[in-house]
Amino acid sequence: MSSRDLILGRVRRAIADVRQDDTPYEQAVDRSYLREHGRRSVAETVDLLAENLADYRAIVHRCASGELAATIAGLLAERAAGSVVVPAGLDAAWLAATDVTRVPDRLGSTPRELDAVDSVVTACAVAIAETGTIVLDGGPDQGRRRITLVPDHHICVVRVPDQVVSSVPQALQRLDPTRPLTWISGPSATSDIELDRVEGVHGPRTLEVVLVSDQPRADVTS
Amino acid sequence: MSGTFVGMPVFPPPAHAAFPPPAHAAFLPPAHAAFLPPAHPAFPKAAHEAVHNTTLRGNLRHATHTIRAKRAKAVAEVSDWAALREAGKQIKDHTLRHLDGYLVRLEEAVTAAGGTVHWAADADEANRIVTELVKATGETEVVKVKSMATQEIGLNEALEAEGIHAYETDLAELIVQLGKDRPSHILVPAIHRNRGEIRDIFAREMSEWGRPAPEGLTDTPAELAEAARLHLREKFLRAKVGVSGANFMVAETGTLVVVESEGNGRMCLTLPETLISVVGIEKIVPTWQDLEVLLQTLPRSSTAERMNPYTSMWTGTTDEDGPQTFHLVLLDNGRTDTLADEVGRQALRCIRCSACLNVCPVYERAGGHAYGSVYPGPIGAILSPQLRGTASEIDASLPYASSLCGACYEVCPVAIDIPEVLVHLRERVAEGGRVTKDGNKVVLKPAKGHAAERAAMRAARWAFSHPGALRTGQRLASRTRRFQPRTLPGPGKAWSASRDLPSLPAEPFRDWWQRTHGGDRR
Ligand code: SF4
Repeated sequence: MSSRDLILGRVRRAIADVRQDDTPYEQAVDRSYLREHGRRSVAETVDLLAENLADYRAIVHRCASGELAATIAGLLAERAAGSVVVPAGLDAAWLAATDVTRVPDRLGSTPRELDAVDSVVTACAVAIAETGTIVLDGGPDQGRRRITLVPDHHICVVRVPDQVVSSVPQALQRLDPTRPLTWISGPSATSDIELDRVEGVHGPRTLEVVLVSDQPRADVTS
Repeated sequence: MSGTFVGMPVFPPPAHAAFPPPAHAAFLPPAHAAFLPPAHPAFPKAAHEAVHNTTLRGNLRHATHTIRAKRAKAVAEVSDWAALREAGKQIKDHTLRHLDGYLVRLEEAVTAAGGTVHWAADADEANRIVTELVKATGETEVVKVKSMATQEIGLNEALEAEGIHAYETDLAELIVQLGKDRPSHILVPAIHRNRGEIRDIFAREMSEWGRPAPEGLTDTPAELAEAARLHLREKFLRAKVGVSGANFMVAETGTLVVVESEGNGRMCLTLPETLISVVGIEKIVPTWQDLEVLLQTLPRSSTAERMNPYTSMWTGTTDEDGPQTFHLVLLDNGRTDTLADEVGRQALRCIRCSACLNVCPVYERAGGHAYGSVYPGPIGAILSPQLRGTASEIDASLPYASSLCGACYEVCPVAIDIPEVLVHLRERVAEGGRVTKDGNKVVLKPAKGHAAERAAMRAARWAFSHPGALRTGQRLASRTRRFQPRTLPGPGKAWSASRDLPSLPAEPFRDWWQRTHGGDRR
């Protein structure tokens, strides 16, 4: 007998005492928990995202779409970045104001090559306000999972408010499970040594999130 | 969350081996003997030693109290905690009731997404499968994400015996591995080590394994983390094979989920060409939507964070992104035996958050090593004796390593009634009964002369050599009443229906101690 049959047989014998229950799964679990916590306006949800991102030591910036290129250029310059990984589908305009060397996200590039790059700029798939999380789904403007992992500095652009949801349940609804997903809440961190939090062990030590809004500048709180 | 949730080492290779386990060194080439942790002492001895190790107790106390306080705050932030906890319980219970169907669904989904599924009935088979898969790649090194399942089966030792080096990449696991030590906590496995000890371990051992620690390394956590970063980065960048566990597997989509903090998980899950995940069969949830419950309860229960820094989800393989070969090894190793126990099966709901460890007065004083398995604390006290059976002294004594105060049940995000299972297992040890072993029904004899109780009593002395422990016990004693059954569950029912259940297995630990030792608090 194969181990598959052996294990499935053991499982069936083990639950033989359980009464047959044909309730469809949709009804088997009481889902009266909340879809989101608290009532907030759209602007408040974006504020909460900013607050929770910062609470986990991401550096948060806000700008209007017209200022995005300058903002990104400024952040790269501040870090004295010499090179930046660019996903194939990233809006070229985002990097229009910087002359930092672009490194394309190529299948053939090795982890070692990526390790020599200073920064990476990506978009995201969705951001979760209640938890301060950005989610990448490998879309063309986000690239392969490894490009946001190996370089030490990650700039992630979130379009607000349309890419922002309140809660984990709302985020899962928007995401496609067949894509590889990376959820990021603050930069890499460890508390393994006497519970002292240290940022950046393996992933990027600096995570900068740019909340970019199409609203005119006057409506953007900073 | 320091890495995935994992914990402890390396118990004895044959997972169901009687205690004491054979020394690992016996079946390994001498050259690799240095990588091995020492053999496990029995719970009583280990607990006794732990109590006299003031560093260990101090570190542990600091850790558990800190996490405990933070957790309460994180949980209070979500107003629907009770509903989430109930939903988590229902999701897992439903899954366990239909586990065969969901396993098959999962297999189909993973296969359709480009993965290969393997089934392992026990530790030996799982180790054999993984070893062969690694050998087929021609590699002699693997990088590992912290995973309790692989520690449970002793995978690192099995690989080492075949000349394959397995590198733990979670910082805490690295400390444990370099220190030739055992993890002592599910979440923070090296919590029994302080920064000075860690500095010494890094300075002494790193060069044996790869890039040496920097000259003049101090004991600041930031410098220690940086040393680990540099040391491990070398391994990540050249790794061709990654080995992981998983926190969840979604039957409907074939998606696997790993939650972690450091990024070592992401490294192992995305940089290698081949990924091998060893996952217990109980880790399934039926649908994608179910993650909305567990991804809210797990981080808050575990590290008291709204969300852990990194969560990776992958479904089979993705063209041009991540490993192009993915193997999933589904592990039984005593889980179906646990599933067969009507009372004890709820232990399989566990999502390894470690909240129950941090509130347990017994764990706080005994330390994780005393539990003699990869699963320490209250969950270990009910899971290990079910996965391995109660034939050994350590496993027979574990159900007694508790004050039955109920705090573990209160915090458990999937509402596992740990005290109920403890009482049930005490009865099993003391009275014997019908159990399932390797899928077959057998009748267990009562422990002779309550050998297990004697072992437990010896183990317990420390708890009462400390006034704080006693006070905790007294304060909580009244809350335990609901856990004391009036009748025996299962086959004992008819017998107990006509008489009062002997109070010995059910009474609070303190009373039991008092009664049997006449207040002799040594
Ligand atoms: S038993 Fe409950 S509290 Fe303990 S580790 Fe498992 S899920 Fe967490």
